[in-house]
Amino acid sequence: MNSIAMTSAAKSAPIAAPFHLAGDGGAVHRSAAPGHIVLRPERDTVAATPVPDRSVAGRARRWLKLNAHTIRATLLGALAIGLFILAWHVVTVNRMTFYVRFLNVPSPEQVLESARTAFSTGAFLNHIYISCRRIFIGFALAAVVAVPLGLLMGRFQLLKEFVFPVSEVLRPIPAIAWVPMSIMLWPTNEESIVFITFLGSFFPILLNTLHGMANVDEVLVRAARCLGATERATFREVYFPAVLPQVFTGLTVGMGVAWVSLIAAEMISGQFGIGYFTWEAYSLVQYPDIALGMITIGVLGLASSFLIRIAGRAVTPWSRAK
Amino acid sequence: MAIPATAPTRTGLIEVSDFNLAYDTIDGAVIAVRDADLVVNPGEFVSIIGPSGCGKSTFLNAVAGFLKPTSGTVTVDGEPVKGPSADRGMVFQQYSLFPWKTVRENVEFGLKMRGMGKSERAVAARTLLGLAGLSAFEDHYPDRLSGGMKQRVGIVRALATGPKVLLLDEPFGALDAQTRVIMQQILTNLWQRLGISVLFVTHDIDEAIFLSDRIYVMTARPGTIKAEVTVPLPRPRDAALQLSPEFVQLRADLGALIREESLKAMGGELNEDALKGLAVNLNGANLAEVV
Repeated sequence: MNSIAMTSAAKSAPIAAPFHLAGDGGAVHRSAAPGHIVLRPERDTVAATPVPDRSVAGRARRWLKLNAHTIRATLLGALAIGLFILAWHVVTVNRMTFYVRFLNVPSPEQVLESARTAFSTGAFLNHIYISCRRIFIGFALAAVVAVPLGLLMGRFQLLKEFVFPVSEVLRPIPAIAWVPMSIMLWPTNEESIVFITFLGSFFPILLNTLHGMANVDEVLVRAARCLGATERATFREVYFPAVLPQVFTGLTVGMGVAWVSLIAAEMISGQFGIGYFTWEAYSLVQYPDIALGMITIGVLGLASSFLIRIAGRAVTPWSRAK
Repeated sequence: MAIPATAPTRTGLIEVSDFNLAYDTIDGAVIAVRDADLVVNPGEFVSIIGPSGCGKSTFLNAVAGFLKPTSGTVTVDGEPVKGPSADRGMVFQQYSLFPWKTVRENVEFGLKMRGMGKSERAVAARTLLGLAGLSAFEDHYPDRLSGGMKQRVGIVRALATGPKVLLLDEPFGALDAQTRVIMQQILTNLWQRLGISVLFVTHDIDEAIFLSDRIYVMTARPGTIKAEVTVPLPRPRDAALQLSPEFVQLRADLGALIREESLKAMGGELNEDALKGLAVNLNGANLAEVV
């Protein structure tokens, strides 16, 4: 190996930076002679990384540095909510009117007061319980029907060709438009409201599952078949886990639509439920209860989406890393 | 380094004869592969090289059982290929590891399909992962691995069920040059220890020579076998072999064969003259000035 030469000058010269050519501390860039490989001298042992500060203060500082973005987002979020409530307070307490009229709109304090009263009686909690039960039953039924149907439609083209047109015709009909029909169809009011909730969440779940099936990587299916997987095993081991993330997207969207549908149905035909509570408050001129109902709906919707996201993360651990 | 002598093998004979594959379009049938014949003897390492789009992957997919030939036969040990099976392990360029399974669960997959018990297949998978130097990663999900690691898992997964033949579809195409060379050595090593027949599709001439006992060269579409070369290089082979006169000569010969086909595959505008820049008249101007 006569083409590899160690430059003797490099051994004594201080090494300024790792990527400078050997021999001159980087002051003048001297190239290796053509056809020669110039080996850099071995470095002395790398300077030990500084011992991290393991004190509480040191840890706290590093934690702050690493989580700076989250902390900022949380603070900004809290600030925005605070400003919103403040603005609400200002426009309602002063009964401001600029085309939009805040004359009768309850102030945050009034709403807080009505919440205190509402939570002290069982009736309000009962409304919440009934709404949640309707959501749970309607949504669960939708998931139990739509997910397997989507999987099968994705796998068997014939079934898809048969079912898809019907679903496309029914899909654009808003769940609220189903209220009169639903009341005619079902013997009890309760059943018709659950049915409307079911309809609301059914289509987002079905469509997302179908979409997921269409995007399953064909090469994974081939890999499974080459490893001896039967049709059933391929379904269980490849298609199902592959569509799971998309199914959970559908469930999240479906949950949102379920609440929209439920509240509409309760406002029109309910005798219980948080939607009914909100509408009734208007009829009874208990304005603070309107806002209380609205906020409760918002919180419940947020909480249910959150639960689905948690469940989704729990069953798709492989995508957690990202 | 002591490498165990190649195990005497009796199984893993791939025979493809009079293979034709066409598909229908509105303008009539388009022929993808025409009158191709090929044999892989038990324990032999055979490569198919050819320009991109020549149908070499199509061919491999037919041996795997994913495609039915329009006419002709594909047999393994005399049995006609009817569909995919664990007898024919396959490794894909895109790795195709199951992202929802850990490295070990991926390797266990074939054994699970065969109905092997949980603890038994874990032991088998661990042994194979050890062989591929991946023991420390058995509980990782694939997207935590580098390309070279993923493909080691892919190979080991295909070998786990003890297939008669191993089919590889440009398995190292997505890897960088240095990793590829190491992967070639790992594959050679595994092949020699297992004595399995290998059919390897690539467009990399060096790779084909370095790995193979024999090489088939395919033509541009419609693909057919243009040449068959027995590689005269002794085993075990190492990187220095690539400098030997036999290797250099073989690479030049195969390069010329493929170049001709690649130009055809790239379309009528390209020929040797065009590539030299003679086909465009610049009126004596420098190309840099024109552009």
